[in-house]
Formats: sequence, C-alpha cells, structure tokens
Amino acid sequence: MLPIGPYSFSSRLLLGTGKYPDFEIQKQAVDASGSEILTFAVRRMNIFEASQPNFLEMLDLEKYTLLPNTAGAKTAKEAVRIAKLAKASGLCDMVKVEVIGCDKTLLPDPVETLQATEELLKEGFIVLPYTSDDVVLARRLEELGAHAIMPAASPIGSGQGIINPLYLKFIIEQTKVPVIVDAGIGSPSDAMIAMELGADGVLLNTAVAGAKDPVKMALAMKMAVEAGKLGFEAGRIPRKETATASSPVEGLSVM
Amino acid sequence: MKLKINGDVVQVPDTLKSVKELLEHLKLNDQIVIAEVNEEILQTEEQSMTQIKENDKIELVRFVGGG
Repeated sequence: MLPIGPYSFSSRLLLGTGKYPDFEIQKQAVDASGSEILTFAVRRMNIFEASQPNFLEMLDLEKYTLLPNTAGAKTAKEAVRIAKLAKASGLCDMVKVEVIGCDKTLLPDPVETLQATEELLKEGFIVLPYTSDDVVLARRLEELGAHAIMPAASPIGSGQGIINPLYLKFIIEQTKVPVIVDAGIGSPSDAMIAMELGADGVLLNTAVAGAKDPVKMALAMKMAVEAGKLGFEAGRIPRKETATASSPVEGLSVM
Repeated sequence: MKLKINGDVVQVPDTLKSVKELLEHLKLNDQIVIAEVNEEILQTEEQSMTQIKENDKIELVRFVGGG
C-alpha cells in the first residue's frame, strides 16, 4: 500500500489528465492504468460558453482521489491561492505544489516551492511538492512536514527518463515519507527503473497521453510500476565484472 | 449591473442576487465551479449565500486536465 497523509492507496501509479486525444480514450487509459490518484490543473472558465465538456464530470469521484496541481504559479503566493481554490471545491484536500522557476526547463523554483509547502501545511493541506532531484531541498521539504516528496526524473514532458539515478537514490534513501518520481518518464522501463531504485510511486502524464496507443501504454505503465516494485523488494543481485556459470561445473567429465 | 468576471467586464441583470444565481444565469450551474469574489474564495456551499453587487471582481475557475 502507498500511504500519503491519512490516505492509503493500492496503486503506485499516479496519472495526469492533460493532453489526451479525447475523453473516451482518456477514460479507457485511466481504467487501464489502475491509478487511484489523478492530477488536475485549475484554470479560469470561459464564461461565455455554457457547454464545456470536462473530464472530471465523466469520472466516478468515489473511485478516485483528486490531486490538483498549482501549475501556472510562479510564486508561493500564487501556488497557495490555486491550492485554496481547488480545496474550496470540497472535492480534495491534497495538493501537488508546482511552482515553476524556469520557463525553458520548467524546473521548479526551490525557494518558492519551500515557502508554498510551508504555508499550505499550516493551512491543513496534504502537501506533495514537485521538486528537482536536489537532495538537500528534498530533506528540507520533508522536515517541514511534506506528506510526500516528488522529485523530477527529468524535465516535464521531455520523456528523457531518469537522468540522475544516483541523486534519486540519495533522496529515496534519506526520505521517510513516500517518494514519488514525477515528470520526465518516457517509457515503461523508465517507470520500472524508478521503482527498482526504491521509489514509492511514479507520477506521469505525457508518456501515456502522448503515446500512439494511450490505453495500451497505461496498462504497460501499471505493469512496469508493479514489476519494478516487486524487483526492488526481491533485491537484485550485485553487478559483477566476471562471468559466473549458472550451470554446475560438477559432472562435466561425461563430455 | 456590471461585474468583472475573469478579467472581462460583463453586464448581468440586476435581479441576480447571489453567486449561485449568477452561475445559473451563465448556465454554468451544472458544472463544478469554484468562485472567488473580491479575492475571497468561496466554499461551494457559500455560493448561494454570497451576495453580488455592482463592480464586484469575480473569478470562476474549474478543474481541467493537467499533470
């Protein structure tokens, strides 16, 4: 089980809801992924268009936990406002703190992320900050009381996979709350490596939404996360520089 | 009455009294809408008891797909 604050989830795959070709494929992909936590963004409505189909309204909200993000925020103050707007819906009390500090790389602003996390924890939110793979920042976020740490594997939407497994491992080893690898995952093997490193979960969006077949990819990601977790628990063999025969050496004299 | 909604100045009937009635007027009442009036965020249940008046600055937001 994946515990986050007062909640507990059986799926370790968290799924974003942006950029799908259409709602029907998205619905099937969500089902195939087995995800129980879905992220959303908060945006202004078009008040001049009464009919605005919305994926959220197609979902059985009993089945899913909503994880609104604060995407769009560039300061702690903006992130706190977006989080409060999301919570006012009465549908959620978790928030993914996302404060972008660089338009080119979409990497988070560490200072504003820390401030927003502190403020939202004081307000009683269940806070999951999206952070870079900075080991010290991850520790500071945990010390504040963040309910999970979500380091990026690589830049958002890049599909570059895990570009710094060593730093991710440092974060995973030092962190007592769940570590959910967020952003940059491109393929099932990326998700599996994250889990084999000991991550507690994976959050991805584009890797599924942008795949040729999002539904099939959602299932592949589900299986990869499960396989990676099992592999981590099973404990892999050490890497050796020399070969060791798998078949017995005894009895070779029959040849 | 004139309201500033999501950055646009909008003319609505003076008969509208509450945020809930405003949402009904805009035909947005069957959706999950979060409202902020003059920088005060409303809980969903507060929408029916929150009065609106000339020149109020209102933000109406919703959840959209995102990662």
